[in-house]
Amino acid sequence: MKTGSSISATWTIFKKDMYSELRTRYALNALLMFVITTLSVILFSIGNENVSPELLAGVLWIIIFFSTMSGLSRTFVSEEERGTVMTLHLIARPLTVFFGKLLFNLILLGALNVFTVVLYLLLVTGFSVVNYPIFIITIILGTLGLGSGSTIIAAIIAKANTKGTLYPVLSFPILLPLLLTVINATKLSVEGVPLVDAIGEFQVLISYLIVLLAISYLLFEYIWKE
Amino acid sequence: MTLKLLLGLWLSLVIIVGIAFPITVNPTNWYDLPLVPGLEDKARIIFFHVPMAWVTTLAFITSLIFGIKFLSNKNMDNDLKSASAAGLGLMFCVLATVTGSLWAKFNWGSFWNWDPRETSIFVLLLIYGAYFALRSAVEGEEKRATLSAVYAIIAGVTAPFFIFVMPRMIEGLHPNEAIVSSGKISMNPTMLIIFLSSLAGFTSLFFWMLNLKVRAERLELKHYLKGE
Repeated sequence: MKTGSSISATWTIFKKDMYSELRTRYALNALLMFVITTLSVILFSIGNENVSPELLAGVLWIIIFFSTMSGLSRTFVSEEERGTVMTLHLIARPLTVFFGKLLFNLILLGALNVFTVVLYLLLVTGFSVVNYPIFIITIILGTLGLGSGSTIIAAIIAKANTKGTLYPVLSFPILLPLLLTVINATKLSVEGVPLVDAIGEFQVLISYLIVLLAISYLLFEYIWKE
Repeated sequence: MTLKLLLGLWLSLVIIVGIAFPITVNPTNWYDLPLVPGLEDKARIIFFHVPMAWVTTLAFITSLIFGIKFLSNKNMDNDLKSASAAGLGLMFCVLATVTGSLWAKFNWGSFWNWDPRETSIFVLLLIYGAYFALRSAVEGEEKRATLSAVYAIIAGVTAPFFIFVMPRMIEGLHPNEAIVSSGKISMNPTMLIIFLSSLAGFTSLFFWMLNLKVRAERLELKHYLKGE
């Protein structure tokens, strides 16, 4: 009974965020434009140069990291800006708020990453993936880890004064193990090694995700009550 | 007072002995230090750099423990201790980075090579930087204390991942492999004693400085509250 009600409460929070996003499409439009802008800057700077696919694997994750940093803090920051935090405090338990917003962020980031990756594969000619299973698993696990890490940091910075600049500063040391691993795994997918060789990377990504979710679960209440 | 003098004397002795004792190929006298191939006189950095790096980690753990204590009892004194430990940690982190980087210039040929150890100390530096950036961006003492404690815990939980991640990325050059190779420490008793004394000295130095800083911060807080 209790778990059932908290799952439905989480779903309600998620739906609320989804509706308010779909009404304005503020985050989605801004993020899509951000990706297009960054990608065009990269394409301009590459020009006719021959850039190694290994380097391009890193560039892909730079785009994804910075688009995450520009968009995912909104879920918590907008509650503070609109002054709706108190209402949420009254109607929902902290953890349902967190998981609702996490779900929203994961869906947003997932959609964004699909867009980014497809665009990147089409436009950046030097980047060709040889082993697609590794590539797809990396993108999925990377999205999950990036989404969970940035959601808990977003909750922290929503309470601070300088939200925009602080977000990447706080997120980078937390997300660096994840970023290094996904860049490495993407390199492996470009080099075309068999799937077995990338198992170590996936193990790191999965354990990172579990650790981050557990620590968020334990600590979110402290942040939310402030 | 006497403890302070003793600590000063202890560390001076460690520094003098660490720099002055000769390094020889076949240590025969009790004061001889063994020669580590490829390191020679540059091996002396172990007496200063390693304890600094150790104190950096120790300071982070201390800050983390007081952060957790703060979250469980909301006593502002714990936050004061946590922040003071982090401040000292930042200082030792800078010292460890600079000494390591100087040494790398003379041993590896460049100041920075993204060796796993260099990367992990760099990340620690970033975490300390982010911690203080967060503290300065939050108004209200209790809010600041809670958020920074939470951040320190999240950083403390994710940082160990570098132990698994880094070896997959870059080959290590760090001479801990040269000195501690396959479980066998190639230090002779003299070197080991100096090294351990230095570790003990730096650790006590950290706790003495922490004590001083906490007392100074408490006074400052009292003064601030009086002025209100």
